Amino acid sequence: MQLTVWTYEGPPHVGAMRVATAMRDLHYVLHAPQGDTYADLLFTMIERRSKRPPVTYTTFQARDLGGDTAALFQTACHEAYERFRPKAMIVGASCTGELIQDDPAGLAKAGGLPIPVIPLELPSYQKKENWGAAETFYQIVRHLAGPQALPPNSARPIRAAGEKPRCNLLGPTALGFRHRDDVRAVTGLLERMGIAINVTAPWEASPADIARLGNADFNVVLYPEIAGPAAQWLKRSFGQPIVSTVPIGVGATRDFITEVARLAEIDPAPFLKAEESRLPWYSRSVDSTYLTGKRVFIFGDATHAIAAARVAREELGFEVVGLGTYSREFARDVREAAARHGIEALITDDYLEVEARVAELQPELVLGTQMERHIAKRLGVPCAVISAPVHVQDFPARYSPQMGFEGADVLFDTWVHPLMMGLEEHLLGMFRDDFEFHDGAAPSHLGHASRAPARAAEPVIEVAAPAMAEAAAPVVADGPTGWAPEAEQELRKIPFFVRGKARRNTESFAGQRGIRLITVETLYDAKAHFGR
Amino acid sequence: MTTSPVILPGPPASSCSNPPILRERGQREVFCGLTGIMWLHRKIQDAFFLIVGSRTCAHLMQSAAGVMIFAEPRFATAIIEERDLAGLADANEELDRVVMRLLERRPDIRLLFLVGSCPSEVIKLDLSRAAKRLSERVAPAVRVLNYSGSGIETTFTQGEDACLAALVPSLAAAPADAPESLLVVGVLADAVEDQFRRIFAEIGIRHVDFLPARKAGSMPSIGPGTRYLLAQPFLGETARLIESRGGQRIAAPFPLGAEGAAGWIHAAGATFGIAPATIDAAITAPLERARKAVSRYRDMLAGRRIFFFPDSQLEVPIARFLHRELGMELVEVGTPYFHKEHLAADLALLPAGTAFSEGQDVDRQLDRCRKAAPDIVVCGLGLANPLEAEGLTTKWAIELVFTPIQGFEQAGDLAELFARPLNRRARLEV
Repeated sequence: MQLTVWTYEGPPHVGAMRVATAMRDLHYVLHAPQGDTYADLLFTMIERRSKRPPVTYTTFQARDLGGDTAALFQTACHEAYERFRPKAMIVGASCTGELIQDDPAGLAKAGGLPIPVIPLELPSYQKKENWGAAETFYQIVRHLAGPQALPPNSARPIRAAGEKPRCNLLGPTALGFRHRDDVRAVTGLLERMGIAINVTAPWEASPADIARLGNADFNVVLYPEIAGPAAQWLKRSFGQPIVSTVPIGVGATRDFITEVARLAEIDPAPFLKAEESRLPWYSRSVDSTYLTGKRVFIFGDATHAIAAARVAREELGFEVVGLGTYSREFARDVREAAARHGIEALITDDYLEVEARVAELQPELVLGTQMERHIAKRLGVPCAVISAPVHVQDFPARYSPQMGFEGADVLFDTWVHPLMMGLEEHLLGMFRDDFEFHDGAAPSHLGHASRAPARAAEPVIEVAAPAMAEAAAPVVADGPTGWAPEAEQELRKIPFFVRGKARRNTESFAGQRGIRLITVETLYDAKAHFGR
Repeated sequence: MTTSPVILPGPPASSCSNPPILRERGQREVFCGLTGIMWLHRKIQDAFFLIVGSRTCAHLMQSAAGVMIFAEPRFATAIIEERDLAGLADANEELDRVVMRLLERRPDIRLLFLVGSCPSEVIKLDLSRAAKRLSERVAPAVRVLNYSGSGIETTFTQGEDACLAALVPSLAAAPADAPESLLVVGVLADAVEDQFRRIFAEIGIRHVDFLPARKAGSMPSIGPGTRYLLAQPFLGETARLIESRGGQRIAAPFPLGAEGAAGWIHAAGATFGIAPATIDAAITAPLERARKAVSRYRDMLAGRRIFFFPDSQLEVPIARFLHRELGMELVEVGTPYFHKEHLAADLALLPAGTAFSEGQDVDRQLDRCRKAAPDIVVCGLGLANPLEAEGLTTKWAIELVFTPIQGFEQAGDLAELFARPLNRRARLEV
């Protein structure tokens, strides 16, 4: 049993719902108790979808358990078919449905529906949402495109001369983080390169579209967490190579263009030149000087976390101090990425563990999920959201992709805006002791009446202090390092947004030297030692 | 007019005390009883709710109400994993370990509910034995109780019924010679509770308790002198258990709207032998305020046709309020469970021929709803946006549970909840 307060991922059948809801003409019959229908509101409320997800739940109750729940399932399948007339159906069980062992697969097969019925085995007590989405997409692809697979050991037919290269876009689902806008951004990019999109799936694909996936020359996998297994199968069955770069950030988008051009057998140079992002110039402009070396903590699904780490370091000049993921299936990739940043990856789905790590590292910016947004808010650290799990705010009305050059511009804005802007930070530093400008004063635009409560006594530090002392344990004789009142006073003169860092640096400086009491002298010695 | 301002108009000439009910069994688009934890944990301030369930349960709690504003809320899920399914003995050991770890982390907790879920019920994990076992380990600092909020047994607000029903046997017995006392049963917002407390004090009911109390240590005692008044219409099992300990129910309409609140207070007063004039004197001012506040929305709502999808079991008394005090027409009043006895006073005030439905077959009900084309639809969050997109105006039902709507001072707020969607639609020009 695992004690859980908040979860990063839902159960695997919610992953299956994300695939089904993204598609057209597909229906999902789910053997599930009353109450599991809550999942509908994820789509209708969070994503503001105007249609109910195409899901029929058997919603069995205790009184049904003594009777024939299997018949209930069969009736649900038939009624769903009659009412919705889907072109294909997926069937499976939720966590409770799995326990009553009615065998939805067998029952649906015996039901004799005149459409393809695809059984799903999603072990709820082992796996989670993204795995469920990946498995569902894989099963749909295998069942519907399988009949068209090439005979073993045969090569793909050569594309006729003059025919546009074609690719599939794989992975976007309902309830994904900016999938809607990424599809548009990447489709535009590929079309400008003269590449035709054969099928985008699962996003708005019909079963008939899935059946013709094999007509593409290669596959672009936007979200490996979801489309990885399906793309591997397509590679084996249709000889379609996979574009493995996910185009998040300027560098990755350039790599993506190069990789796509190679597979499409075209010259990438004109496209690399023609496609522009403002990010490189914005990062070089002097106001961004203040971004240099900002300590950033990154957590999310593997794809977004790894991509964010690269953008943070190479394109914004941040220092990545923490990198982690809840996607255990991709732990190896994230560990490798973390190693490139000289840090150790945090692989966990325990939100309290993430919170402890953020508190310990005291970053100046957190890039994470909605969970990290809450953590950061509590700890008083600026934050931008880069990954699912999603919140209604992650479905903005405006076009706001993460991918491609337009996506890179979005990243620049969303990551930099939570931070103090350059000149602003400079002025705050200059006037930090000004009576109207100290950090306890409310922002002037709120007027004097609405004086903000004094900044909650640096909650970051409260949590972090013992952890830091522990980290320095080998050198410290015994007991934690303490602060002399005057030093504490002096520390308060440092602007609040760098105070946490100053405290941390000073404590680690003192710890390494076995200094038990931090004085004003220690504070400035540490400042000189760390150099910023 | 010489009548006292608080004399209520009589029931309709032909009321629906024993109406025909359309009973449906199909797909139900409702929450399970776990959802009740959302408000129960805010009410009982030193209680912790530990769901013993699956990742789905945890995901529901996190998604259903967007309650992540609480850093470390007083609820959590012990997620059953593959190896817990292999052997129940180990599952019990695991549960004990999780509970001990939790209590170590939260020394402020005095009352722990082990909340059963669909999977824990299906694998027959005996949470009542677990609660007993753990109680022995952690008493007297913490009491451990259990109830089921599983979807196979409970619908949405029935979770509160199950929770309160678990509390009842643990309540102290009132002394044999204790005077008659009033027990108000069902979670009310603290502010609403305080308003009722003041009114009861003013009319002269001296011993008034509320179940649940705000702290585990101050739960009321009960006995044959207990006269209980339901504040919520979904407390069938709790009522049964209170009666098994000698409590007697005070029949009353539910305290929704001016009429409901007045009827509710009058019923309590009558039980304690308080003269109607004394009660009228105490409630004249709030009743007038309530009527005035409600009347502000009458123009907007009168004659409008309303359709209820089943959700909280509050549908019948709310329909009574909307029909009687705002002149709305009831197209269909759907409710998950129809407790005729507890709803008798409300039903008597509804016109004959009101269409009731119990249970659900959601697609068929949607067909009926579209066909009837009501002016406003009360439904769950899964249905609201799709219906809006079809051009229907909706009021999402969960707000009726999360907003203080009971009592005189909230009657206007309750009316406003129904006027707002219509108001909004009237304002928007795009």
